[in-house]
Amino acid sequence: MPKVKMPRKGTTVDMTAMCDVAFLLLTFFMLATKFKPEEPVMVTTPNSISEIPLPDKDIMMITIDPAGRLFFSIDNQLVRKDLITAVNDEKKLGLSQQEINAFALGASVGAPFNQLKSYLAADPEQQKNYDKTTTGIPTDTTVSSDKNELGAWIRLARNTNPQLRITIKADGKAAYPEIKKVIKTLEGWKIFKFNLITGLKAVPPGTAAFDIKNGGGAQ
Amino acid sequence: MAEMDTSSGGGHKKGPGVKKGKKLSTRVDLTPMVDLGFLLITFFMFTTTLSKPKTMQINMPYKDEQIKEEEQTKIKASTVISVLLSKNHRIYYYEGIGDDATKPPEVKVTYFKPKDGIRDVLINKKKMVEDLKRSGALGAKDQATIIIKPDVTSTYEDLVNILDEMSINDIRVYAIVDITDVDKEFITATEQANGL
Repeated sequence: MPKVKMPRKGTTVDMTAMCDVAFLLLTFFMLATKFKPEEPVMVTTPNSISEIPLPDKDIMMITIDPAGRLFFSIDNQLVRKDLITAVNDEKKLGLSQQEINAFALGASVGAPFNQLKSYLAADPEQQKNYDKTTTGIPTDTTVSSDKNELGAWIRLARNTNPQLRITIKADGKAAYPEIKKVIKTLEGWKIFKFNLITGLKAVPPGTAAFDIKNGGGAQ
Repeated sequence: MAEMDTSSGGGHKKGPGVKKGKKLSTRVDLTPMVDLGFLLITFFMFTTTLSKPKTMQINMPYKDEQIKEEEQTKIKASTVISVLLSKNHRIYYYEGIGDDATKPPEVKVTYFKPKDGIRDVLINKKKMVEDLKRSGALGAKDQATIIIKPDVTSTYEDLVNILDEMSINDIRVYAIVDITDVDKEFITATEQANGL
């Protein structure tokens, strides 16, 4: 009886398909990626059912951490450069060109004006440590006060870019009085329309918003 | 790699005179490439912000010292619920604006929760206003109005939650107002009454 000889197969597998999939996914993620700008503080925003996406450009972001400290940032490096130059001129900070560039390339700042120069001169590691201990940008309920540095930031930023949209990114645990100070400051500059950054949660069924969202289907 | 080695056995034998040139495989080992691919995918997956953050737009009432008293929008007290946000995510609410010192409003306590919470209060208020409109007690333009007064002990989360309830319940007219001393007294009185 002749032996049935099984053809010996290699243990190797064809990798081409896997490679294709891997690179397809890679391409997708590369195109979909937008790098997170580095945040000086961790902020967990509360959730809402609102689905308005954050605009791509012309945003001014006021970050409020759980302890109520304020951080300020705007997008676009060119505008940032204009802004810091304006701040430098007005507050007579005496920033060097290098420090101005450091601001333009950086992220949110939480330093009061009198510490801004030393903050910008520091290297990134020192800046990170500083962000942990800073008191944040001083603010107040009256916008005209000199102590309300947030008010000054907002005014100068709006001068450099009038189209700025104001967004507030606050931690859910931040106390209301801190938020109120920011809102009052905005109101002081006649800004009555602004956005709060929130996470997304589902619309609870059986409510008015649920019916609206699902259109005539609920009828 | 990438090819099946099936040459052993089974293949037809060439004749003795036929010399076989050594054939080099054109296939390349793809394993390192796949490794690299997945490494990069992992990297991009962790750094990516796929979903953009959502925002909630709020419009504060326009405030100007030059607006005269008679030009201000008047709301009818019967359309209003005042909502006081207090500590531990607690909500106090009462009908009307609580300006009548001789007749203090009945202050109730509730929480943010899907059932029997503040949402039901708002839904009922909306219904009530609709009923009053139908019976002619209120004009066609009147709407349920919520006055939000966050206390100093409330958090940002409370504020966002209550604003969110406004959009959930499709309440168009609401305002964030500073809390008054009278309201603070209401809170303390209710706290004591309920033994909180």
